Formats: sequence, structure tokens, C-alpha cells
Amino acid sequence: MRQSRDAARIRTDTVLIALFADIHANRQAFEACLAQARQRGAERYVLLGDFVGYGGDPVWTTETVMGLVADGAKAVRGNHDQAVDAPSAAMNVEAQVALEWTRGVLGAAERQFLATLPMSLRDGERLYVHAEASDPAKWIYVQSTVEASRSLMATDAQITFCGHIHQPALYSLSATAKMTAFTPVADVPIPLLPGRRWLAVLGAVGQPRDGNPAAAYALLDTDKRELTYCRAAYDIAAAADRIRKAGLPVWLAERLFRGK
Amino acid sequence: MVKPQLTAGSVIDGFRLEEPVHQGGMATLWRVTHAGIDTPLLMKVPRIAEGADPAAVVSFEMEQMILPRLSGPHVPKCFGVGDFAVLPYIAMEQLPGKSLLSRLGDLPLPYAEVAEIGARIATALDDLHRQHVVHLDIKPSNIMFRASGEAVLVDYGLSHHEQLPDLMQEEFRVPFGTAPYMSPEQLRDIRNDPRSDLFALGVLLYFFSTGVRPFGESESLRGMRRRLWRDPRPPRQLRSDYPPWLQEIVLKCLEIEPAWRYPTAAQLAFDLTHPDQVKLTQRAERLARDPWTVVLRRRFNTDLKAPRAKAPVSAQLYSAPIVAVAIDLDEHAAAVNEALRVFAQRLLETVPSARLACLNVRRLGRIALDTTLDERGHSKQIDRLVGLRHWAGPLELDERRLTVHVLEAVDPAAAILEFAENNRVDHILIGARQASVMRKLLGSVSAKVAAEATCSVTVVRPPRPSPL
Repeated sequence: MRQSRDAARIRTDTVLIALFADIHANRQAFEACLAQARQRGAERYVLLGDFVGYGGDPVWTTETVMGLVADGAKAVRGNHDQAVDAPSAAMNVEAQVALEWTRGVLGAAERQFLATLPMSLRDGERLYVHAEASDPAKWIYVQSTVEASRSLMATDAQITFCGHIHQPALYSLSATAKMTAFTPVADVPIPLLPGRRWLAVLGAVGQPRDGNPAAAYALLDTDKRELTYCRAAYDIAAAADRIRKAGLPVWLAERLFRGK
Repeated sequence: MVKPQLTAGSVIDGFRLEEPVHQGGMATLWRVTHAGIDTPLLMKVPRIAEGADPAAVVSFEMEQMILPRLSGPHVPKCFGVGDFAVLPYIAMEQLPGKSLLSRLGDLPLPYAEVAEIGARIATALDDLHRQHVVHLDIKPSNIMFRASGEAVLVDYGLSHHEQLPDLMQEEFRVPFGTAPYMSPEQLRDIRNDPRSDLFALGVLLYFFSTGVRPFGESESLRGMRRRLWRDPRPPRQLRSDYPPWLQEIVLKCLEIEPAWRYPTAAQLAFDLTHPDQVKLTQRAERLARDPWTVVLRRRFNTDLKAPRAKAPVSAQLYSAPIVAVAIDLDEHAAAVNEALRVFAQRLLETVPSARLACLNVRRLGRIALDTTLDERGHSKQIDRLVGLRHWAGPLELDERRLTVHVLEAVDPAAAILEFAENNRVDHILIGARQASVMRKLLGSVSAKVAAEATCSVTVVRPPRPSPL
């Protein structure tokens, strides 16, 4: 019985964690997600990397993330964060142009913060990583159960949280090594059953690519073990305007409206 | 992990085990009590011994996810679930009486009783589908009834919830379910089509009305696969007095292609409760199975076996609403009736699987005894049915999408609301009564319908007359 089980537990165990991936310097999207998460009772924050790149507000975004981390939030490094100081030839032209500009506007403190973020973080039964767990520095996209199972096999964490692909998904691995894949529905809490291990791939806050332009994040209720994928509407026109004003490729602004 | 030994008198999370009431292959059912809960309770505890079938564990996980998220009279109320890490269980309401399985000795049942049981099950399925769940194991032993009459669907171990991960999807190499009731698409591993439940209900209706299972009891994959191309014997071949309307309904449920079955459980329930309105097709007339040429064509038609696009539960429901339109046959209502027809047309064009029920309410006097015949001995009822068909004529609807109903009531609004409730109507179209003495005397029917209906209501007015 839920009530009696709750009573037997220490109440302070119950925590609502808000998780954000791929903010990509989109201030309007991140503000909307933070506001909605706080309104829904989020008490802790996890930031899954790619704070900069593509968007027009890298300074504000990085400073906000630094502030949250100073207050106890957990953050890991994304490939765009790393590319600020270590340019990567593997990135597409738009991303490289955006990073070139980002490099110019960030101050030394912000660059230092991004460069020293950990590749992954273990938080009790949970693992946070930007791309996937088998080789975080390779920035592999979790596109199917193939990559998902490789990531799940590489850790003993009960739940792994990642982003990078900008499309929300939820994978599970059963005790008998069977994989399931699922495309989550917004605002429906999903019980993460303890009998199996889970890989939660978050949609992007700042540049959704699943056809829904609303900003994506997630809320984890650690007591009920329920994960809710959330979507927050935000002022896309303002975010697009910031990209254009910065002189970044127009396509980066246009794709925000389509969420593709 | 040490499993606590379960014995009568043990207390788990406040539930006191009284006695085991059923030992199944996958789980044990205990009668339990809990301080502060008056409802009779059952606790389902899975048998997860060493070397147990992993499918049994997954199936129990699914039921633990789905049952607490369901509500309403057609599901057993869930009172708690136990953590797999400690002791997995589901505590739920114990329903009175026995399942439909107890009726197997009485088969075949009278046709009217089969239709009545079928309508109650279809209504329960409609409710379940609206909660995003496909049951996938509809059979007599999983159907119970409340004292108030509602069918209750139990056992969600094989079910699919369209908003939760489907843990069963990768679990089985062979299709999982109950062989005689399993739909052709389930045999092809499709788990998200609500029309699979309508197929299973069709099997049940066939079985209960003929005493024979339409696809036998073969448990072998080869035997089960025959239903992918071989149609069952028409019930009329088994019972010569079998009503054509019931054969029409049953064979429609048993169509191999889901798209040829009823689009929703609500539409099936509608036909089961209005036998006189069932549109008879060639299905109703059939006295023999399809000829071998047809069967062979199906057997080697790769289309039928090809994987198909997803038919998500909610998309399927929204594509096939039941629309009721209330028509006033009074001559003064011509303008508003025309406006109603325009609205109905727009609605039906956008949802081609929708069906339209045309209603007319014959008001009964509160005191005076009414006669159903007019001064010349004409049936008023039939006149009105003719009037409704005449109204619908210009819509040029396929006969299968149209039904007409004359309701008799003292209170017209109450009669329309009751019809909508009983028939799972999704949308009511009703004309606003123009300012008149009648409206002053009687109040507005449309206002009451709009205020009290549990579905959408559109109140329609004729276009504004142009200012002079």
C-alpha cells in the first residue's frame, strides 16, 4: 500500500529532480523550462551538457548553469561545451560557425567552467552523461536499442540519463537481457520499475528535433520512481531573433519554429 | 533476496492474508483485509520461483504498471502494489460472483442474452480503450460483473498501454495470449490495435450463441494461423434460426482485417443494443464459408501478412465518433434543421468513420394517456422515423453510418441525455429553439442538454437574417 510504504520511509528521501539536456544557449527555452519545473515542485537540477552552441545567449546560459551548480546542481560536459576550447572537425558547418562566435563572447571564467565539466557523474543509482555511457568521449548518438543496450551494458547504474540526439526516448533492459524502446508521451508519468535498468534519453531544451518545437526536459520523482517527460512552450520568435542578431546561420533560427 | 513465506495471518503493508482463493499457473490469489478498507480485497502474488518463466515476471510488471492507472466501474479498483525488490503483489477489489467462464455449461445462450452480455462487455472495452489500454486477453474467465450490471475486465498481464513502455514487446518469440480468442494481428505481433479486443469479443459472441468456438481450440501456432485466411463457419449454418442481425455483428467482429471490423467498441455496443437498426450486408446472409478459391487467394496474399502502419489506440477512437443529432420535426423548425444538416455534413466529411444517430423526441403528456396512433389510425412513431430519414436524405450517408430513433419522454432534454449516455455518444448536435411561447413555457432543451451532457454539445442556430 502506497500510504503505508511512504510512512515507513524517511520523508526526506522524496525528491523531484528536474533534468535538462541540450540547452544550446537558448535563453527563452531554458527560462520557460526552469519556470515550469519550479512551478511543478522541482527541488534539484541535473544539467546534461551542451549548454552552448547554436543559440544566441551563451553567456547568460553558462552563467545560469554556473549559478545552479554553485547551488548544488549536477552538470556534465557536452560535445559543444568541449569544442569551445578544443574545436572539433567532426562538427557540421553551422555548429562550427556558432562555436566560433560563442568562443568570442564567452569570458575566461565561463570557458574555464565548460572545459572542466566532468564527462559523466554518478549520483547514487543514477548516472548522468551527455551522449551515452559506453564511451562518453566518442559522442555516440543513441538512435536505437543497439546503442542503448551498449550504453546500459557499460554501467551498473539503475537509471542512466543522457541527451545529445535531441529526440526523447526511453529504453529498458530486463533481467533476461531483453530491450524495450518507447517514445514517451508528454506529461504522462512513467514508472521506472526496479526489476530492470533504464536509459532515459531526453529531448532538447534549446533545439528540439522531434517535430515538436516546445522545449523538452524531464522530472524524476525519486520516491515513486516515476519519470515524466515535459514540454514547455516558449517565445521562439525571441530566441530566433537572438540567433539572427548574433549573425549566426539563419537556418539555426528557422529550425526552432519547426522543431526539426 | 529472501522471499517471506506467505501464510494465512501474515500482514504485508497493512494487508492481512486471510486465505488463498486461487492457485493459478502464474500467480496466487489471496483474500485479504485491511483496516479502514471496507471493500472485499484480493491480493495477487506472482509465482516467481527459481527458474520461473521470465514472461510471468514481465506480465506481472505490466499489470503492476497498468492497473493503478485505470479507473471507473469497468476495472477492479487497485488498492496498492508491492515493490518487486521486497514482495511483488497487487491488492485490488474483489468482485462479486463468478466470471463468465461459469456459463460455459449453459451454452448456447438465447440470442437476446448474448447480445445483452456482449453490449455490456463492449461498453467496458470502450471505457478501457478511452483510457489508452488494449486488453489483448478478452475471454470468459477475464470478464466479471458488478451487482449493478457493469462488466468488469480483469487481468492486465498481457495488455498494452499506449502511454507506457510495452515491456512485452521483446519478451516472446511466439505470440502470447489465449489461442481461441487471439486476433490475426496478434499472431503477427501487433499489440496496439484496439480492434484486436473486438475480434476476441466476436469469438466470445460466436461461442456463446452457438456453443462452438469459431476457430477451434488448437494451441499450435500452425493451427492458430489458419484464422489468417480461413473464415469461420457462419453461425446460421450451425443454428438455422440464427438472427441475421446477430450474424452480421459477429462476423463483422471476426473480420481478418481490423479495418473491416467495427472501428470502435462503442459502435459495436450501439449495434448490439439496436438490433433493428443493424444494417445487414452479405455477411448476414452467408450460409457457407468462403469458397476455396477465395481462401487460397487470401492464403497467398502477402498484403495480409505484411506489417502495417501503427493504429494507435486514441487515434483509432477519435477517428470513429458516434454523433447524435436531435431533430425537431415541427414545420417551424425548417431553418434550424437545415442549419443542423450543414453542421452534420461538415462533421461527417472530416471523420469518415463517424456514425450518425438521428433522434426525435415524442413528448408524452404528464397526465393524459397517450395513444401511439393519430386520429386516422396512423402510427405517429413510423411517421417520425420517416421524417428523420427524410431529413438525413440529402447527407447521402452510407446506410451503415446512419440510424434513426424516436424516443418517447415527458422531458425531451432528459431523454436526449439518457440516449447519449447509454450509447456512448461523443458529440450531440442540437438546434436552439427559437424564441417562442413554447420556449417560455418549457425552458430551453438545448441549454439543459449543453449544461448536463457528459460529451461535447454543439448548439446550432440558423444563419442570422440579414438586416433590413
